[in-house]
Amino acid sequence: MSSNRSIRRIALCGNPNSGKSSLFNALTGLEQKISNIPGTTIELKRGRYKSKKHSYEIIDTPGTYSIDPKSEDEKIALKIFEPDHPDYPELIVYVADASNIKRHLFFFSQLAQRGIPMMLVLNLLDISEAKGVQIDTERLQNELGIPVVATNARKKEGIAELQSIIDGKAFTSHYTFYDNTSEVEEVVQRYSNIDKLVDKTVSIQSKRELLTQKLDPILTHPILGYAIFLGILFIIFQSVFRLSEYPMGLIESGFDVLGNSVRSVLPDNWIEGLLVDGLIAGLSGVIIFIPQIAILFFFIGILEDTGYMARVSFIMDRMLRGLGLSGKSVVPLVSGVACAIPAIMATRTIGNWKDRIITILVTPLMSCSARLPVYTLLIAIAVPETSVWGVFSVQGLLLLAMYVLGTLASLVAALVFKWILNFDGNRFYIMEMPIFHPPRWKSIGLTVLNKSKSFVFEAGKVILLISLVLWFMASYGPGEESTFEQTGQIEQSYAGKFGKSIEPAIKPLGYNWKIGIALITSFAAREVFVGTMATIYSIDSDEPDFDLRNTMLAEVDPLSGNKVYSLATVLSLMVFYAFAMQCMSTLAVVYKETRTWKWPAIQFVYMTALAYVASWITYVLAS
Amino acid sequence: MSELKLNELGVIAQIEESPVRKKLMEMGCIPGARVQLVLVAPFGDPKAYDIEGYRLSLRENEAKTVILE
Repeated sequence: MSSNRSIRRIALCGNPNSGKSSLFNALTGLEQKISNIPGTTIELKRGRYKSKKHSYEIIDTPGTYSIDPKSEDEKIALKIFEPDHPDYPELIVYVADASNIKRHLFFFSQLAQRGIPMMLVLNLLDISEAKGVQIDTERLQNELGIPVVATNARKKEGIAELQSIIDGKAFTSHYTFYDNTSEVEEVVQRYSNIDKLVDKTVSIQSKRELLTQKLDPILTHPILGYAIFLGILFIIFQSVFRLSEYPMGLIESGFDVLGNSVRSVLPDNWIEGLLVDGLIAGLSGVIIFIPQIAILFFFIGILEDTGYMARVSFIMDRMLRGLGLSGKSVVPLVSGVACAIPAIMATRTIGNWKDRIITILVTPLMSCSARLPVYTLLIAIAVPETSVWGVFSVQGLLLLAMYVLGTLASLVAALVFKWILNFDGNRFYIMEMPIFHPPRWKSIGLTVLNKSKSFVFEAGKVILLISLVLWFMASYGPGEESTFEQTGQIEQSYAGKFGKSIEPAIKPLGYNWKIGIALITSFAAREVFVGTMATIYSIDSDEPDFDLRNTMLAEVDPLSGNKVYSLATVLSLMVFYAFAMQCMSTLAVVYKETRTWKWPAIQFVYMTALAYVASWITYVLAS
Repeated sequence: MSELKLNELGVIAQIEESPVRKKLMEMGCIPGARVQLVLVAPFGDPKAYDIEGYRLSLRENEAKTVILE
């Protein structure tokens, strides 16, 4: 008995919502990895499995409705069906939703002409049975001339049968969907031949009302629809904030312990500084985002997987269309309130490139959780702890105002980008509303895992690098190295010099060089502002009970004798933090998602310019 | 098709020439297909149609290019 030891390559194809991913997971288990097609953002999931006869590599192609690409992404993904492509498959396993077979057979009919052996999987049998759809698989198999298998991938039914057929002989379909000789339009002819096939093999017994038909009028209701969406958002954000608190604290203290133990082992020199303040601090700055990313993607995964997201897009599309966004921008924008990083990663669901790029550009204006510690400190300096009408705290109202400001800014920026950016291609909203089904926990879990991994390994590299640069700038100074080491004052470091040198530029905003240093170190992450301020002021302070807020409040300008942190300066600083692009992790993720430095550069420039102008106006008006 | 009332049925006659024509047809909007307006979003746009057994949501100006019998 001879066995073929080489690996056979199978491409898994089908429309979106065909249950392709469930089937992929059922076949490969955890033996899978996601890889980008070089130079693109298009991800191909690859998995492996072994049968008694062969080893297989399975490529899960993105769900597509047609072989005629509608987006750049689809165009590149479909290239694997060209004979000279390194990923050219030996077999196509085409997955179709048995309950919606006509439309699912359209893409099938196009692939069938490629001359690659195929087999047809009729998936989601439970839904088709609920719809009363009966398919004569044997007849279908004879008509097409290729194996046809019925499965229910969610319940792993039919998987063993599918595997044994994959091991068997491969066939190409002999059914004629389209012949070039006909004058009839291609799409029409394909569908009419699909109709003939379906008439012979499919019968619809009864039309029962599905859960979807009952839920849809409620979820898209003019009042209830929005109320339910707001309620769900509320639950998600409470969870993202509350549930991430504990793991984030754990990560922070874990890295503290690690840093301290390294410090105690190593001698007090630059290697220790590089390891503890550079490398470990930088790593902790990457890892700290994982809880929020994981939790947010867990919830987004549920919303996507059940089909609810399509309903949200449906009710939000009209409002966002005029702003150069689409219904699909809702989730990234709203997620931006927690953290722009997972939010930008979530823009992948936006099919239209222009809508997606605008969403990416404006999402970081939404007030993210890293701004919260900055606002908290500054608000405590700006206004006293009093309340309006005995109910609302003034500080709370100011905080709310900052969130409103961020949201308005992102919507206005979207409108401006809609005018400025000229993209080819049409903006359209032709979207399937999938049937509701319970979440598939395994595939949601895998999404969370993959998103977290790709953040750590791709964006993490950039974050770590910039952290090291910032560490160097804050730890070393120009001239005699000893000057800086003796005084230990941040004023003497490169960062300090830089703060001093930009002082003329930030003076009109009401800032001094100390704030300048904090602005620079904040490019690592916004919340670093608080830490930097604490470092700068604690060095000058001899008091045992150092209180940052009171120290900052008490500081007076040596020249004018005025308070440094006047209301005007603090408000101007808050506006600066609301608009400025001070998050290298976000820039790294934008680079990763767009594969070019052009968009992060544009984003950095426009946000920083906006921040500068807006803070200047604020300072002038308030003083 | 954009003039259908809620739950009203129709049969597609043709699709007007437009940049989204092919996309609409690939999604099953072909002459002879049975359609039914099943959902209207708040503010009246977009709308969701049942096309031969599945739900497709379209904006008003896209639905306008689909002519019914």
